Amino acid sequence: MDESASRREVEVVCERNKVDLYVHTKMISQVRSLKTRRIIATCHINIVKATGRHYSSHAPRARLNLPTDYSTTPLLHHTSRSALSNSELVAALKQSHGGHDTTTAAATTTFTTSRQNLFTAINSALAHALRSDSRTLVFGEDVSFGGVFRCSMNLASEFGPDRVFNTPLSEQGIVGFAIGAALQGMRPIAEIQFADYVFPAFDQIVNEAAKVRYRSGTNAQHAQQEDGGGDGVHCGGLVIRMPAGGVGHGALYHTQSPESLFTHVPGMRVVVPRSPTQAKGLLLAAVECPDPVIFMEPKILYRAAVEHVPQEAYTLPLDKADVIKPGEDVTVVSYGTPLYTCQAAIDAVEKDLKCSVELIDLRTIYPWDRQTVMDSVRKTGRCIVVHESMVNAGVGAEVAATVQEGCFLRLAAPVQRVAGWSTHTGLLYEKFILPDVARVYDSIKRILDY
Amino acid sequence: MAMNRTLFRGSVVTNHVVARITSRPNLCTRCQQRWSSVSQRPGSDRVQFPGAVNSKFTTGLKFQRASEDDAMPTYRILDQEGRIVDGAQQPPDITDSEAIRLYKDMVNVSVMDVIMFDAQRQGRVSFYMVSAGEEGIAVGSASALSLSDPIFAQYRETGLFQYRGFTHDDFMAQLFATKDDPGLGRNMPVHYGSKKLNMHTISSPLATQIPHAAGAAYAVKMQNMQNPMDEQRVVACYFGEGAASEGDFHAALNIAATRSCPVLFVCRNNGFAISTPTLEQYRGDGIASRGVGYGIDTIRVDGNDILAVREVTRQARELALKDGGRPVLIEAMSYRVSHHSTSDDSFAYRAKVEVEDWKRRDNPITRLRKWMEAKGIWDDEKERNLRADARKSVLTAYRKAENEKKPPLSSLMSDVYAEPTEEQKEQMAKLRSHLEKYPDEYDVSEFEGGMEGLTLEKK
Repeated sequence: MDESASRREVEVVCERNKVDLYVHTKMISQVRSLKTRRIIATCHINIVKATGRHYSSHAPRARLNLPTDYSTTPLLHHTSRSALSNSELVAALKQSHGGHDTTTAAATTTFTTSRQNLFTAINSALAHALRSDSRTLVFGEDVSFGGVFRCSMNLASEFGPDRVFNTPLSEQGIVGFAIGAALQGMRPIAEIQFADYVFPAFDQIVNEAAKVRYRSGTNAQHAQQEDGGGDGVHCGGLVIRMPAGGVGHGALYHTQSPESLFTHVPGMRVVVPRSPTQAKGLLLAAVECPDPVIFMEPKILYRAAVEHVPQEAYTLPLDKADVIKPGEDVTVVSYGTPLYTCQAAIDAVEKDLKCSVELIDLRTIYPWDRQTVMDSVRKTGRCIVVHESMVNAGVGAEVAATVQEGCFLRLAAPVQRVAGWSTHTGLLYEKFILPDVARVYDSIKRILDY
Repeated sequence: MAMNRTLFRGSVVTNHVVARITSRPNLCTRCQQRWSSVSQRPGSDRVQFPGAVNSKFTTGLKFQRASEDDAMPTYRILDQEGRIVDGAQQPPDITDSEAIRLYKDMVNVSVMDVIMFDAQRQGRVSFYMVSAGEEGIAVGSASALSLSDPIFAQYRETGLFQYRGFTHDDFMAQLFATKDDPGLGRNMPVHYGSKKLNMHTISSPLATQIPHAAGAAYAVKMQNMQNPMDEQRVVACYFGEGAASEGDFHAALNIAATRSCPVLFVCRNNGFAISTPTLEQYRGDGIASRGVGYGIDTIRVDGNDILAVREVTRQARELALKDGGRPVLIEAMSYRVSHHSTSDDSFAYRAKVEVEDWKRRDNPITRLRKWMEAKGIWDDEKERNLRADARKSVLTAYRKAENEKKPPLSSLMSDVYAEPTEEQKEQMAKLRSHLEKYPDEYDVSEFEGGMEGLTLEKK
């Protein structure tokens, strides 16, 4: 492609970019020249700076429904010290590096952090997985040039086209291929470009990946090795990554959060990280996990959520919820992006009502940490579950039913669910459909008034 | 792995690289990536669109017609009388003892099929599917594979398991779901599997195994590259012509071709998918014609000619290993002599006389028998002995399995995850207290360990 053609293309891309981020990312994938891609990327950054987030504007007099300020939210580590004073993280780092005898103080001086957003944290986790185990493969649609969300940037050049590659455009093919590779001893990390497009692979996930170990019986246990992989017949090591959740303008097919469809499937693990630090630790845990894992990445956080992330490799547990903020009066349970909404609502409500709210991040949506949630509700007596996906038969239904069964005598109010309405996310209406700060705020207020 | 990283670094190709390699064919054999210049050369008689790089221009407006007249030919060595069709060709490349082994395996499968079909009719097992008419495809192709080649089957390939080393005890353990069943009594009958024999466990959803085979073949390709001194392996995948209508077939052949996976796709085209005849399944030239569309080397073979199936599979295996790997499609033609399964009465949708015709006139067992008799390595007495031995062996295993304990009750929930979850442990405790509360409502005595087997502790 000659230079003037490149420039024309860039102009077209940038013009479209003002309207739709996805058109932009799709265009990048079709551009062959590296130089042109760089120009487009630069233009993209300039445009975002110039125009701001025009699609996430708020009502002029809004007090609650303000855009999340990721640079100040307490959910992210804004300093290296903050990141390394997180005891779970330090324990994870020490465990991953076998340094059991070092003290916490010594550890904080040993480990280093760097500021990363969610996609770079994913990228560094993928790079670590590829580097540390030659059985790891990374593939999907448009993965090779770096991915439409840049998560696989530079991986193909570092690890070669045999281990990081594009597949034909077929989700059932991608997941079926990944299952086969896992059955034959590889550690495939497959990407579905958007969670909205995972449904063609539903059969492969539900009937195959989830059931392989069970149906293989003793063939799955064959000569099990210590690392949990073994050479038995199962899908250990299989990770299916997918960007999920709302971004303000994704409409029907770039917004969905289908996690509850997978939480109904024994055999699968479903994980949703809330931050770059979590994304890295949970993704590396998913890669090591002897069970197949659905890993849903909140795509609105890919660039927005920036924090200090340890540079070393580490894993976070796949069966533990994270109590982000302790409290006495209400338990708010959520995961992924809505945690930022919850945090803002809690800040406002605690100021207005002088109450104390406990915020819990489930992290692993199935199998989930029922004990931590029930312990909290037994203490507070009130529980609210918040998620983006529709309320009907959503994760909130499972949490609410479990809490009702396990904490009935301690409940001072009915469990509330603040979630997407039971509709599709029409383009113009997202901010009215997904739970926002005002709705969480109101829910906390109402549960305290009950 | 040794790969051509220096030349094709990353996914981005500069014009410089394109210019350097367009003098050669447009495919890089190592990575099977197609490089092409975006621009059309002046005066060229061919299209240079990136999607079709070697298409000649024409001014004749002519649709390519799917015509029955040029159906892909069907390769065979023996005719229906067991005679070598083309005398000028080399005699079949098989020793007498191997031919006898193939024959015995086919007979063993067919004897077991008859007994187990009746056993299901008597309610002794819940379900069964026979291979009648298709024993040659499974046994013949299995004999041309290496024992270390992983296999993915659909369900009508009992001969694969027979050839690989399943004993009648192994079959009966699965069919009767005894404590010796590797599937721990979780799967319906005929859903065999064996890690030791490199046979992946059969699952009921049709065609899901086809993309698995592509992925497994990719894994095998990487392992072949990593261990070049080891025996180079391929993956074999079996499915019926009905399953080939599933999206997974399309997904699998396409990805196997683009990733150059050493996999043999073996389609058993037996004319029926339960009640649906092929005319309602597809309108093209069978399954074979599709292979070419995916850029896959393809052959059609007479599935009733076990020697032809064997030879085709042998050569397909060699082809699949060429230049680092590639898929090959084999369409083996046959006729489903039997009902679809024990839950099906096929005379509701096809004439009995048609079935009888196929049974009598042409099937893989009689064809090979005629060839062996003409060669003087088989006779009526050997035949009588083989059938009596097979019957006796099946019935002995049958009676033993019938009286065997079932797997422990823990098998109902173990292996869903590598380790049981808290929720599962809690549910197992609930089930235990329920069974203790209502002991007369359940019979746990046939399960190994009875109530003691109801635990999720590590064995």
